[in-house]
Amino acid sequence: MGLTIADLKKGERGVITDSSSKDIPLKLLEMGCLPGNEVKLLQLAPFYDPLYLNVNGSFLAIRKDTAALILIERIDG
Amino acid sequence: MGKQIKVALIGNPNTGKTSVFNALTGLNQKVGNYPGITVDKKEGVCKLSRGVKAHILDLPGTYSLNASSIDENVVIELLLNQKDKDFPDVAVVVADVENLKRNLLLFTQIKDLKIPTILVVNMSDVMVRKGIALDIAELETQLNTKIALVSTRKGTGLQELKTLIEGYKTLPKKQCLDARSIDVDYFERLEKAFPNQEVYKLWLVVTQDVNFGKLARKELDVSKFQTKSNSELKRLQQKEAIKRYQFINGVLKKSQVIDRSKAKDIRSKLDRILTHIVWGYVIFLAILITIFQAIYDWASFPMDLIDTSFASLAEWVKNSFPNGGMLTELLAEGVVSGIGGVVIFIPQIAFLFLFISILEESGYMSRVVFLMDRIMRRFGISGKSVVPLISGTACAIPAVMATRNIENWKERLITILVVPFTTCAARLPVYLIIIALIIPEGTFLGFSYQALTLMSLYLIGFGMAIFSAYILDRVMKKERKSFFVVEMPNYKLPLLKNVLITVIEKTKTFVLEAGKIILAISIILWVMASFGPGEKFNNAESIVTQNNIDIPKGELDDKIAAYRLEHSYIGIVGKTIEPVIRPLGYDWKIGIGLVASFAAREVFVGTLATIYSVGSASEDESIDTIKTKMANERYSDGRKVFTLASGISLLLFYAFAMQCMSTLAIVKRETKSWKWPMVQLVGMSIIAYIFALMAFQILN
Repeated sequence: MGLTIADLKKGERGVITDSSSKDIPLKLLEMGCLPGNEVKLLQLAPFYDPLYLNVNGSFLAIRKDTAALILIERIDG
Repeated sequence: MGKQIKVALIGNPNTGKTSVFNALTGLNQKVGNYPGITVDKKEGVCKLSRGVKAHILDLPGTYSLNASSIDENVVIELLLNQKDKDFPDVAVVVADVENLKRNLLLFTQIKDLKIPTILVVNMSDVMVRKGIALDIAELETQLNTKIALVSTRKGTGLQELKTLIEGYKTLPKKQCLDARSIDVDYFERLEKAFPNQEVYKLWLVVTQDVNFGKLARKELDVSKFQTKSNSELKRLQQKEAIKRYQFINGVLKKSQVIDRSKAKDIRSKLDRILTHIVWGYVIFLAILITIFQAIYDWASFPMDLIDTSFASLAEWVKNSFPNGGMLTELLAEGVVSGIGGVVIFIPQIAFLFLFISILEESGYMSRVVFLMDRIMRRFGISGKSVVPLISGTACAIPAVMATRNIENWKERLITILVVPFTTCAARLPVYLIIIALIIPEGTFLGFSYQALTLMSLYLIGFGMAIFSAYILDRVMKKERKSFFVVEMPNYKLPLLKNVLITVIEKTKTFVLEAGKIILAISIILWVMASFGPGEKFNNAESIVTQNNIDIPKGELDDKIAAYRLEHSYIGIVGKTIEPVIRPLGYDWKIGIGLVASFAAREVFVGTLATIYSVGSASEDESIDTIKTKMANERYSDGRKVFTLASGISLLLFYAFAMQCMSTLAIVKRETKSWKWPMVQLVGMSIIAYIFALMAFQILN
């Protein structure tokens, strides 16, 4: 399994490569969690869960287990 | 009657949709229910021009036309059913200028249903601050619609919106996305099976059936259509989302410029503190403490005023109406004390709703959800359960309904089951009066003992909610999937108008609903206390006089009244249950209060007031407040009824017992079975009895 949103560190960014797992809620896709869109990890709650993200301009929080289903490529810098 | 245009207000949560609704309708709105479900239906009327009015329906916030909750489902059911009496002539989609991209997804879906659609770009006042520039004319051309650029904060753009609504017939109906492009084969098959229907509408009905079960009032039956497997449908829905975003990106590329360097970023600065691993929690706790201190301090003045005014009102009724008549007594002792017991809530309920609505309006509540999720999950509930648990401090009924956005059923069910443990407004009058009786005045570190006791009761309620959630989580069978998506909205200064409307509406509903029950129970109690069976009640006067020949007249009258009450219908009920509640430290009069409280706990104080005023005959003490009456209440051997031990025992009983029929009814509705409300009623009452028993036996 490749890199996922759950592997990002605070402040890091990535581009979504795949979000087709059937366990990802449709609502998340509709909020912009789609291949090609950029994601940035803004803040982590204690125990690294949940994650506070900016996806495609939307600000949202998801749990670590969901984040681990969304594949990304890291953007450096 | 003039012409009425039916308008549906639709939009994502946090777009200021309700502000637009409030700005259009003002206080000219009413909240009802959709038939059969407990989703608030907000309607209002707005004058357009020359006798033309708009009837505006504020639909629940939704991110798309694929429902995942009952609230969202309301939107879809309405838009898919042209025969619905509320089916709109025109849809007004409210979008937030900062989240235009995401907000447009819903817009394109509604437009594709071929409903005339106007786009409101709201919060236009922040555009400069956020470095956003929009070419409205270009956006209108690209989206084939008319746009109103609105700022509800500044009050601009509303007139333009009204004009657009009035001219809805000229709106272009061109669709944004050709639905066939999602899957040519499948959509052609769908079209062939239902040749007279819009294909996008068919698609929504099909997926809605899969996602959300039956569409209750749908006009289209697609159940015979050979559809695809769930995972294939989901893949197509994903494809639809991708295609819609492609379209939207294309549109925005031509009409929107965002210069990030000009954007002032308040969000990240505030988030750095408010969602901080340490400071986030410290601030949350500080906010809670402030709220409770404020409720206690600020509300006490109007409450004292209400309490004494009602005592004098009862006195006035007694003196001004025909003396000794049945009706006078019913009015003074039953109705006025009963109503006083409701009105006295108003200050605190209003304050609670005020704070809760500020927390929600400002965007802070989502940060609390984020901070608390991991901790709450340990107890089997979700970060989203914090919102119901906090609104439960106002009333369990809206709190149970607020669990709807918890995606996971088990987490939601546990939240519903434990919410009634949180200290709702109805417990406050009981707490306040007992605290005033048994806890001394004085301060500790600047906080009064009484306020600290109240705070502890809130914590005990909350602690019990969490603890029972933990137990329930262990007992109930596992369900692994945990869907959790929370939008983190921008921080904004709450709009005074929105906050005030919420406070007024909710307080009014609460007081009217509670008022009906309290009034009815007060009257029943008064009747039961004023009549009784057999010799002992009817001949009370001669029996007591015979046994007490040498005592003064006033004392004799009191004794007669007390004897009569003891042998009235209500006295018989109280005496019957006395053996059960004796070990908790209560006498039979408190017992009556307890029994009546199982309908609604807020009747306790009013009940005691009714019982005590019926039970005392002398005229001169009638201006006493309920509190003084309770403080003077003694057993026949002279011991006080309300001591520290019996007081604490009562407080704990009220903290834990399930005494609210309305909540049970709502839980039945939300869980669709009597099983869960019964679990609550029995379980919570047993817990209450055990704790009250232990408290009294240890302290006494």
